[in-house]
Amino acid sequence: MPSARPHALITGDGVWRAVTWAAGAVTVVILGGVAAFLLIDGVPALRGGSGVWGLVWPLLFGSAWAAVWALLFAVPIGVGSALFVTMVAPRRLGGLLGGAIDLLAAVPSVVYGLWGIFVVAPAASVVYAWLSAHAGWFPLFAGTPSATGRTLLTASLVLAIMVVPLISSLSREVIALVPKTHIEASLALGATRWQAIRQAVLPQAKSGIIAGALLAMGRALGETMAVAMVLSSSLRVSVRLITSENPGTVAGFIAQNFPDASGLEVNSLLWLGLMLFLLTMVINTVARRVLTKGVSK
Amino acid sequence: MAVVASLAAGLMLSACATNESPTPTTSSGEASATAVTVAPLSGTLNAGGSTAQTAAQTAWRAGFQTANSAVTVNYDPVGSGAGRSGFAAGSYAVTGTDDAFQASEMTGLAACTSDDIVEVPAYVSPIAVAFNLKSVTSLNLDGTTIAKLMTGAIKAWDDPAIAALNPGVTLPSTAVTPVHRSDKSGTTGNFTDYLSQAAASVWTYGSVQTWPTDLGGEAAQGTQGVVASIQSADGAVGYVDESQASGLGVTTVINAGGAKVSPTAAGAAATLSLSTPQAGRGATDLAYTVDRTATDPSAYPVIMVSYVVGCLHYKDAATGTLAKAYMSYVVSADGQAAAASSAGSAPLGSDLIAKASAAIGLIS
Repeated sequence: MPSARPHALITGDGVWRAVTWAAGAVTVVILGGVAAFLLIDGVPALRGGSGVWGLVWPLLFGSAWAAVWALLFAVPIGVGSALFVTMVAPRRLGGLLGGAIDLLAAVPSVVYGLWGIFVVAPAASVVYAWLSAHAGWFPLFAGTPSATGRTLLTASLVLAIMVVPLISSLSREVIALVPKTHIEASLALGATRWQAIRQAVLPQAKSGIIAGALLAMGRALGETMAVAMVLSSSLRVSVRLITSENPGTVAGFIAQNFPDASGLEVNSLLWLGLMLFLLTMVINTVARRVLTKGVSK
Repeated sequence: MAVVASLAAGLMLSACATNESPTPTTSSGEASATAVTVAPLSGTLNAGGSTAQTAAQTAWRAGFQTANSAVTVNYDPVGSGAGRSGFAAGSYAVTGTDDAFQASEMTGLAACTSDDIVEVPAYVSPIAVAFNLKSVTSLNLDGTTIAKLMTGAIKAWDDPAIAALNPGVTLPSTAVTPVHRSDKSGTTGNFTDYLSQAAASVWTYGSVQTWPTDLGGEAAQGTQGVVASIQSADGAVGYVDESQASGLGVTTVINAGGAKVSPTAAGAAATLSLSTPQAGRGATDLAYTVDRTATDPSAYPVIMVSYVVGCLHYKDAATGTLAKAYMSYVVSADGQAAAASSAGSAPLGSDLIAKASAAIGLIS
């Protein structure tokens, strides 16, 4: 069979195959290399008896807690904006808005950090004072409200804005894949636009939306700069959202403590990095599962 | 391929040649003009360490390279800990560090022939206890009160302990928001050292570079993070390098002698000159135990002392010559003045300059 093909095409095939193989191999080697580096240089922290687990749990909790709240804000905004862009808005406006949302992803995280410190936090502190006064009985809003507003909730809000484009653009893609005929059939049966979205669009787009949310979660877990700048962090495990004493995040802690770390402290930080790497990997694996399930359907 | 490579090599060679020819003439010209050094210095000196010294090191490098145009000095602000391990590994010939070397770190130094080091104070900076209170611009506080504010023991600004130290000042009932560094830092180390010396009964956490987890309060990253936090919250109080505290309320500290002292270069220099070198160290290791309970009326106790460190004997003679010249410049009156104007540090007093220069003079 191959002999029937023109010679140039066969050569092209070979080159193409080699290039893709190489690209695939490189990513695997790099990923494995990073994991091996973290493992080899992190293990001494366990033997050192420096209480590295005392760092791991509060910080993993902090990373997860901040990411969960970020998603609670980001998923409705991301999916809502995707629906608006694809289904509701006039085509012109939708295109512009979609581009604007994607641009959010191009803003450097250090800029989000500055924005968080100078704009979001002071504005939010007013809200926190009100929440504390009127809903202080609720465990999440208990404690003395932060006067600066640099709380876990503020960090989550900043994270949410950072991950909205991930959710929004992935959702737009899967919503656009829903056959027009399904929507039209739903509308023809007398469904309102909202009913059509609920019956025809969301069930088909669900797996893509979930995958987008999980990717966003991975991003939120690993975000370093913005969190380190905005969050008033400590090593406490606390579910409170509006106080000055918030759990720190793994990535933020590493960034803040690496510059002056020496000896075993460096090993501890690398072990922390490995733990976050594992958590993120688990989440990415789940995201991949959902994504492939959606494709095979 | 081979043709391209040889072409490129040829180009690089010629580029080097054209670049290099003017350099010796200018440097020898300057050397003869100043007529101080026997032979013009040349080469590259790699240094790194303390982030607190970054601005000062930039000023020192600029000043030193202007006087010695054939020399390149690199300073990598990787942090004190990384700087000390880099020095031990030989990647930095000179390091800047906020904490003096510990005995355990002074072994197997790759760039040195022995474990003897030359460690001199080079960057001294007053740390301001800064606050943000509407309608109050200056406050007098003593060590105990500062410790109580920072640990959260004093919850409101109209606390009797503060009122007693500030007669005539109308204090608001604003809640106190103590702000500390969330990152590990020499500033925190020096500030907590002050608290543990001046307020031992209240501050039981020792002298630590990472703010104790047990304590609450607002955490902010870096000096600028602390400044931004204090600025944004009425009732906030924290500690920052004095040069960064402009626009904030700055506390006049009541020292152990009962004197009210502002954070100034002179006050910092006074405290350091009253401090004693740590015992059990080599003759050229001028690590100080800062006496933060000095009773001298001019001594400002909340100061940061950061060191510049080199080998006593370098394996590589050329590196030794460069390190010696650079460190001499750093502790000279010129070098200290350059750091003071660009980094807001406190110039070393003349007695300390003499001691440090004598130690550096032994480098070979």
